[in-house]
Amino acid sequence: MSEQAVLSMKGISKEYFGNKVLKDVDLVVKPGEIHALVGENGAGKSTLMNILFGMPVIHSTGGFKGEVEISGEKVEIMNPNDAMHCGIGMVHQEFMLIPDFTITENIKVGREIGTPTILSKVLGPALDVLDRKKMRDDARQALSRIGLNIEEYVKVAGLPIGYKQFVEIAREIDKTGIKLLVFDEPTAVLTESEAERLCQIMQLIARQGIAIIFITHRLDEVMSVADSLTILRDGELVDHVSTDELTVVDIAGRMIGRKMERLVEVKQSREVQSDEVALELKNFHVDMPGEQVRSMSVSVRKGEIFGFGGLAGQGKLGIINGIMGLYPVKGEAEVFGKKLNFSKLGDALENEVAFVSEDRRGVGLLLGESIEDNIIFAALQVKNKFTRGGGPFRLVNKKEVREHALKMIDIFDIRSTGPRQKTGSLSGGNQQKVCLARALTLEPKILIVAEPTRGIDIGAKRLVLEYLIKINADQGMTIIIISSELVELRSICDRIAIVAEGKVAKILPPDASDATFGLAMSGLSIEEGEEVEL
Amino acid sequence: MKMKSLIDRIGWPRLIIGLFFLLLIIVSPIMGLSLTDVFSDVLRRWSMFGILVLAMVPGVQSGIGLNFGVSLGIVAGLIGGTTAIEMNFRRSGTYQPWADLGLSLLIAIPIAIVLGYVYGLLLNRVKGSEMTVSTYVGFSAIALSNIVWLALPFKSGTLVWPIAGEGMRNTISLEESFGGIMSNPDVTARQPFPLNLLAFKVGGVVVPIGTILFVLFICLLMWLFLRSKWGVAMSAAGENELFTKSNAINVDHMRILGTVISTVLGAVGIIMYAQVFGFLQLYNAPLMMGFACVAAILIGGASTRRATISNVIIGTLLFQGILTTSLPVIKQLMPQGSTLSEVIRIIISNGIILYALSKSRGGNQVEG
Repeated sequence: MSEQAVLSMKGISKEYFGNKVLKDVDLVVKPGEIHALVGENGAGKSTLMNILFGMPVIHSTGGFKGEVEISGEKVEIMNPNDAMHCGIGMVHQEFMLIPDFTITENIKVGREIGTPTILSKVLGPALDVLDRKKMRDDARQALSRIGLNIEEYVKVAGLPIGYKQFVEIAREIDKTGIKLLVFDEPTAVLTESEAERLCQIMQLIARQGIAIIFITHRLDEVMSVADSLTILRDGELVDHVSTDELTVVDIAGRMIGRKMERLVEVKQSREVQSDEVALELKNFHVDMPGEQVRSMSVSVRKGEIFGFGGLAGQGKLGIINGIMGLYPVKGEAEVFGKKLNFSKLGDALENEVAFVSEDRRGVGLLLGESIEDNIIFAALQVKNKFTRGGGPFRLVNKKEVREHALKMIDIFDIRSTGPRQKTGSLSGGNQQKVCLARALTLEPKILIVAEPTRGIDIGAKRLVLEYLIKINADQGMTIIIISSELVELRSICDRIAIVAEGKVAKILPPDASDATFGLAMSGLSIEEGEEVEL
Repeated sequence: MKMKSLIDRIGWPRLIIGLFFLLLIIVSPIMGLSLTDVFSDVLRRWSMFGILVLAMVPGVQSGIGLNFGVSLGIVAGLIGGTTAIEMNFRRSGTYQPWADLGLSLLIAIPIAIVLGYVYGLLLNRVKGSEMTVSTYVGFSAIALSNIVWLALPFKSGTLVWPIAGEGMRNTISLEESFGGIMSNPDVTARQPFPLNLLAFKVGGVVVPIGTILFVLFICLLMWLFLRSKWGVAMSAAGENELFTKSNAINVDHMRILGTVISTVLGAVGIIMYAQVFGFLQLYNAPLMMGFACVAAILIGGASTRRATISNVIIGTLLFQGILTTSLPVIKQLMPQGSTLSEVIRIIISNGIILYALSKSRGGNQVEG
C-alpha cells in the first residue's frame, strides 16, 4: 500500500446548473492496476472522466470542486491536451480513426516524426518531411506491445471492428510517458471472442506498469480482469474495494441501491389475469444503430403496464422504433393476434398502437407548429379525425381541433400561452405532455411510451406517470413503458423486462431485489439467491 | 416594447427593403418619372410573377427547398402556349384568345405533372442537396428545351422564323392570341361584357384586375390545400421527416406531391406571365426566372424550410416593385447607357437573393 498512486482524485464535486451530478467522489488508481468504474447510466462515470480529461463541457459550466493528483503531484487539467501531457490516454467507444489512413498514420497522427528540410526551416516544423520509416517502426513496436500481429501499412477502413479498437489502443500506448489509460465501454461493440482478446490485452498493458481505468457495465468482465473497483450511484461514491472482496451479486446490488428520491413507492406485484395477449414479439430484430434488438421474444398481456428497462445502448429503444417502422425490422410482431406488416408504413398505428418517442424534439414534435396542430396530427392523418369534406382535399376542422386541444391542455396542465403557441418554445415537460396528448388523441388500445420522464421536472414527471396509471385503470389500456430509469419502472409497472444486448435478459416483478435487477442489466441471468462464483 | 415586437414580426430584411421601395417611389417623381406609370408597372409585374412565386411554396413546404428547377414547369407552360397557337393556326387561324388560353393550360398541366413527377423522383435521391441539384435541373431543362423549340414541327407564321420557315422564334407575339386578355385595357375593351372589365384604367393607373384576381384565386386554392389533410402532411414532411414517418406518412410521396404542384404552378405561372407580357419568350429567356422567384419569396420572409402565402404576396410586391422602380431611377441617374443600369439591376436582384439566403441559413428552424 506504500505504492504511489498514479491517479488520485479527491473530493470531486460537480454540478450542472444546480443539479448535482457528482458529490464528493474519490478515485484512486495504482500503477499497473486495472481499476473498474461501474454504475448505472447517469451515475456520474462520464462526468468524472470528463473532469479527468479537462473537457470543455466541464469548464464552460463552472468547473468542479476537488483535487486531481497525478503520481502525487497536484495538476490542473484545463483541456484534453493537458491530460495528454500528464500521461493520460483514452480509448474511445466510438473509434476516433481516419478510415483512409494506414494503421501507422492513424497511430502517429498529430504526433508525426519529421525530418527538417529547407522549406520547413524557413516556414516552421509543420512542413517537415515525414520520417515514414521511423513512424513505421514506432507503430510496429506499439502493436507488438499489445500483442497484435498485423501489418502496419494496412488501411484502417477494411479492418474488423475489434482490430480498430486495438489500433486505438496502440495509438494511446505509443504516446510517450503514458501512465494511465481509460477504456470507455470498450467491449460494448465487440464480439465475445474479441472482448476476451481485449481483456487479455488490458492485462498485458497493465503488466507493463500502465494503470487502466475500465468503464463497463459487464460485471463478469469486471470480475475476470479488474483488480479493484469503484462503484458510483447517483453521483455518489458507494464503494471502493478490491474485486476479490465482492461477488457479482454484491456489486449489482450496490449499483442499483436505494435511491434517495422516490416518486411513488415500489409497486406491489399485481397479477394481471387477462389471458389475452396485447403485443407479442417473436424473434424480433431491429437494426437501429446503437440500439440493436437481436432476436427478442416477449409477450405483453392486455391491460398490463409493462416496462422495458436496461442500460443505454442495449436495445430497449430499438423495440419502439422498430414497431413504429422507423428502422428495418426482421421477425414478427403481433398486436392482439394480428401480425404487423412492416413493409407497410405505419401499420402499427393502424392497428391501434400509439407511440411517444424518446426523441421528443427529433421525432416526437413538429417544433415549428402549434400545440393544437401537434396534438391532432396523428389522429388527423391516421384516422381522418377533425376533418370535413372528403377525399384527399378534406379540410381540417379548426373548431373541433381547438375544442380538443383546449381539453387536452386542461387535462395535462400544459403550461402555455394558448393552443397556438409553437411547441418549440415549450419546456421539456410541457413538450412531453403534448406528445402524450397526441398519442392519446388516437385512442389507442396499446400505448408505447419511451423515456416518458427524460429531462423533465419532478412535477411533470409525477403528472405523466400518474396519468399513465389512471388511463390504464380507467380504460384498461395496455401500456408499455421503455425507460432508463429503473425507479420509475418499478413504481408503476406490473412486470419489467430487462433488456441486455438486444435480448430480454429477464422479466422481473417490480419488487424483485436490487441485486436481481443489477445482474439482469449486466446481462447475467442468475437465479435470485443462487450463489455466484466466477 | 410594442415597436420592437412589431419590427420582430415584420423582420428587419423586409423592413429595410420595404423602406427602400418607399424611398424609390418618393424619388421617382422628383426624377421626372410619372407616378401613375410606376404604379401601373408595379401592379403589372406583381400579377405577372405572382403564380411563379407561389410555385415556391409547395416546394419549400414539402422539404425540397427553394425550387430553382421551376424552369421545368416553365418549359411545360411554354410548350402548352406554343402548341395552342399552332393548333389555332391549323384549325382556323382566327382570333380566339380564350380557347388558346384554355388549351395552353390544358396541354401544359399534364406535361408539368409528368415532368414534376420525374423531377420529384430525382430529388428524393439527392436528399440534402436539393437546392444545388434543382439549380442544375433548371439550367438543363432550359438547354434541352432549346432543342425542342428547334425541332417541333410547327408551321404557324407567328411561331416560326419567317425566312427559314422552321424552328421557333425567340420571341412570339401573343397579339393574335391570348396576350393581354386579362390585363391590357386596350385588349379587353374589344371583348364583350363582362370580359371587358378584366382590366381598366383608374386615373392613368392600369389595373389588370382579371390577372390579379386569378393570382389571388390560385393563392386561395393553395391556402386551402395547405389546410387540408394532405397539405398538413406535406408540410410536416418538410419540417420533420422522422416525425412524419412515425405518423405513417410516406415522406417521399409527399415530396413528390410538393414537386408536382410546384412544377404545375410553374407552368400556369409562365402562361399568366406571357398573357400579361404579351409575348412568349423561348430559348434562354426563362433561364434566370427561377432566381427571381426565389428572391421574391425570400424577401417576403420565407426561409428555405417554411413559406406562406403572405410571403408570396408581400415578397412579389417588394421584389418586383424594387426592380421596376429602381430601373428607371437608375437610368435617370446614369444616362451613359442602358447596359450599366442593367448591370446595376442584376447586382441588386442577386444581392437580394444572397442577403435573403444568408438570413435563412444557420438559424434555428423553429424560428421561421
